Amino acid sequence: MTLRVLLSLAFLAVIAFMAPAEAGTRIDRVRSPGGVEAWLVEDHSVPVIALRVIFRGGAALDPVEKLGLANMTASLLDEGAGPLDAQAFQRRMEDLSISLSFEDALDTFGGSLKTLSVNKDAAFDLFRLAMTEPRFDAEAVERIRSGILARIKRSAADPDYLAGRLWWSRAFPEHPYGRPTTGTIETVSRIDQADLKGFVARRLARDTMYIGVVGDITPAELAPVLDRVFGALPAQAAPYALPAVAPRAGGTIAVIDRPVPQSVVLFGESGIKRADPDFYAAFVMNHILGGGSFSSRLYQEVREKKGLAYSIGTYLYPLDWSPLILGSVATQNARVGESIALIRQEWSRMASGGVTDEELSEAKDYLTGSYVLQFDNTDKIARLLVSIQLDDLGIDYIDKRNSYLQAVTRADVARVAKRLLDAKSLSFSVVGQPAGLPSTAVKIPGVE
Amino acid sequence: MIRRVRIVLTFLALALVGAAPNASASVFNPKTFTLTNGMQVVVIENHRIPAVTHMVWYKAGAADEPWGQSGVAHYLEHLMFKGTRDTPPGEFSRLVAINGGRENAFTTQDYTAYYQTVARDRLELVMRLEADRMANLVIDPEQAKPELQVVLEERRSRVDNDPSAQLDEQMRAVLFLHHPYGIPVIGWEPEIKRLTAAEATQFYKTHYAPNNAILVVAGDITVDELRPLAEKYYGAIPRRVLAPRLSVLEPTPIAPRRVALESEQVRRPSLSRTYLAPSHGATLRPEVYALEVLSEVMGGGATSRLYRSLVVEQKLAVGAGAYYSANGIDWTRFVFSLSPQESVDLVKLEAGLDAEIDKLLKDGVTAEEVERAKGRLQSQAIYARDSLETGARAIGAALSLGRTTEDVEAWPERIGAVTPAQVMAAAKLVLRPERSVTGTLLPAKR
Repeated sequence: MTLRVLLSLAFLAVIAFMAPAEAGTRIDRVRSPGGVEAWLVEDHSVPVIALRVIFRGGAALDPVEKLGLANMTASLLDEGAGPLDAQAFQRRMEDLSISLSFEDALDTFGGSLKTLSVNKDAAFDLFRLAMTEPRFDAEAVERIRSGILARIKRSAADPDYLAGRLWWSRAFPEHPYGRPTTGTIETVSRIDQADLKGFVARRLARDTMYIGVVGDITPAELAPVLDRVFGALPAQAAPYALPAVAPRAGGTIAVIDRPVPQSVVLFGESGIKRADPDFYAAFVMNHILGGGSFSSRLYQEVREKKGLAYSIGTYLYPLDWSPLILGSVATQNARVGESIALIRQEWSRMASGGVTDEELSEAKDYLTGSYVLQFDNTDKIARLLVSIQLDDLGIDYIDKRNSYLQAVTRADVARVAKRLLDAKSLSFSVVGQPAGLPSTAVKIPGVE
Repeated sequence: MIRRVRIVLTFLALALVGAAPNASASVFNPKTFTLTNGMQVVVIENHRIPAVTHMVWYKAGAADEPWGQSGVAHYLEHLMFKGTRDTPPGEFSRLVAINGGRENAFTTQDYTAYYQTVARDRLELVMRLEADRMANLVIDPEQAKPELQVVLEERRSRVDNDPSAQLDEQMRAVLFLHHPYGIPVIGWEPEIKRLTAAEATQFYKTHYAPNNAILVVAGDITVDELRPLAEKYYGAIPRRVLAPRLSVLEPTPIAPRRVALESEQVRRPSLSRTYLAPSHGATLRPEVYALEVLSEVMGGGATSRLYRSLVVEQKLAVGAGAYYSANGIDWTRFVFSLSPQESVDLVKLEAGLDAEIDKLLKDGVTAEEVERAKGRLQSQAIYARDSLETGARAIGAALSLGRTTEDVEAWPERIGAVTPAQVMAAAKLVLRPERSVTGTLLPAKR
């Protein structure tokens, strides 16, 4: 079934508030002879293929003396593999217009491949080599290391980066979530080839892997490719577990003094797990509070009425071991206190009063009506296929997702708002020279 | 996060414009017609999802601002969301949102664009709203006042809080001796602060008219479906007499210039070099295609000359690249940017860059380098079709600069025709010290 037909169905479902009869048929579950599974959306309208893979286990597993290991590995996988040294590998990618990259997150490690379908065999081979036979040659390791060290130094004066480090290090002083994923000068300097090889051996394995493929390829063509690309990975990743943790520093405002005209502010508190039955109610609530780009309460109060910011927003961030609700704003130093007061005020108003019927129905109209727009591009769809698997939402999720949102009631939103939001628990971090807020002279581990 | 009103300071990477490398001539296959009031209309069919991107482009941007009112084009862009005679403030965005639409707008030196992406059956709604604000905008001073504060916060976020953006702004101001391209699109802070609703209204009345605008609709629609809607909503707006675009001629530069910015907010030095370079403009300038190839050869990726020589072999830099976008009616910039290795000072790094430029000018480029660069550029034309907005943006930008759809469609062919000799002719034309500004960013001495 073509993507267009699939999404027409998805869209009709939006309008009619019901799942189409063909539910579940749009995504092919492709299983290779060797047992590797991928979800495929076949679409031949443009001769390109996007592939996305996610492995569970990310930067939060970095050893404390080797912080930045996942990040450095991600930067090195396309810097030489198998018979190809770094220049030969990059040259092959460039000559065939293949883009291939890896990236780390706190809980996951991901890879992305995009190719013209005419070059698919070469592209799949490069992707396999990067994951299974990375070289980590000394030249590449030192070159990438010096780039990362330069970035760490540059970031030490970047207000956005500092505000993030300030928030996370105070929220999680004793948990890996509080550590810098790019590492520090000391820890990145320590990482060696054995560490990098160890990361690949422990983390890139078939049992923690989720694959999404979109574009100009059939299920029959894809099945053998899955064995070729992923078959050589070990069957099992090294087991791991982290302690569940709640963010600390609730109710405080921490300030780092930097000579910039605008203070950058991050704020947040405990959120809600992706698997929680109230997640959809929380998702709608967040949209009304600060998620909706031009329509949210915070956008209206802070930007439209007062002119206190160019952008303000909040989002749910359901990490595996600590679900969060986070937000950010940036306001000139003289008035940043007003922005913080308004955020607290809106936090309390939502917690105690919930939303109106009109707000609820407008939020649902936007969230359900705009869903189809996420499907215009093969990369976006591949990402979606993987996150649906990672969150275990079911292969019929695309059909059902809007009905979950439609089912949310005002009472649901009020309940979840009361449960989640507490202005007194909100923790703020501020970087700049905010009027009326004294610098708290906090030391952030790893930042000069 | 979607943010209203993005300024595109550097234009769409030109590489996005294009077609299949081996295909005869078609990239986006745009269909065009013109309304009786002079408004150009373009349809780009893309039936992957039942949605459309609807864009209106005005051939007016920051370079058209009256002297002393820098930032007024961008301020007006913000105020276009603040209501019309028939649509109260906030209603435009509310209607787009409850219909599942996404929207935004951006201002550049040469043009300003507004767009929404919506399900195909909501197209008529956004056409009605967009046509309404083309003709009936009302700027209420009470609404305009806080919005000026928003623009100032935008400027702080984009420029004043970021020393590398400050350096770039200073270098641009120095590169253009006379042309308004030296003034930042968002405006200089003291002039932004005194902008008024009346000035924004005047800019609107002078430039926003159907005969100065282009409608581009990309997505699940045909030209026959669009034509009656375009006639109904935009065709009803009377044309206006437009003043001709102010013609400003940049003098030939005769002296290399330098900008050294020291800031407490800098922890690692960096170096950049910009050259005054030809742009597409309204007439065909063949050297722009050669410059696109040159940029790819010199700094297009991990196997480019600068990265190989300065990062991999000599270990002078941790990053090195080149950038060139041909979009711009009068001129554009050819840019090198480099970050040094920890132990390397900027003098040594700059000497390394100059040595590579000298080598290029003395020894030329190889046929193989040129072929590789051309292949990479051309295949981006296929990737450009893998989204709804890319084609609409490429075509809208080209038409706003006075170019034609045929010109955009011919891009892969023209890239394919570039020869090593043309690349060298373009390099010799542009990479001259007197055309350059060299910028250094350094930590403030304490």
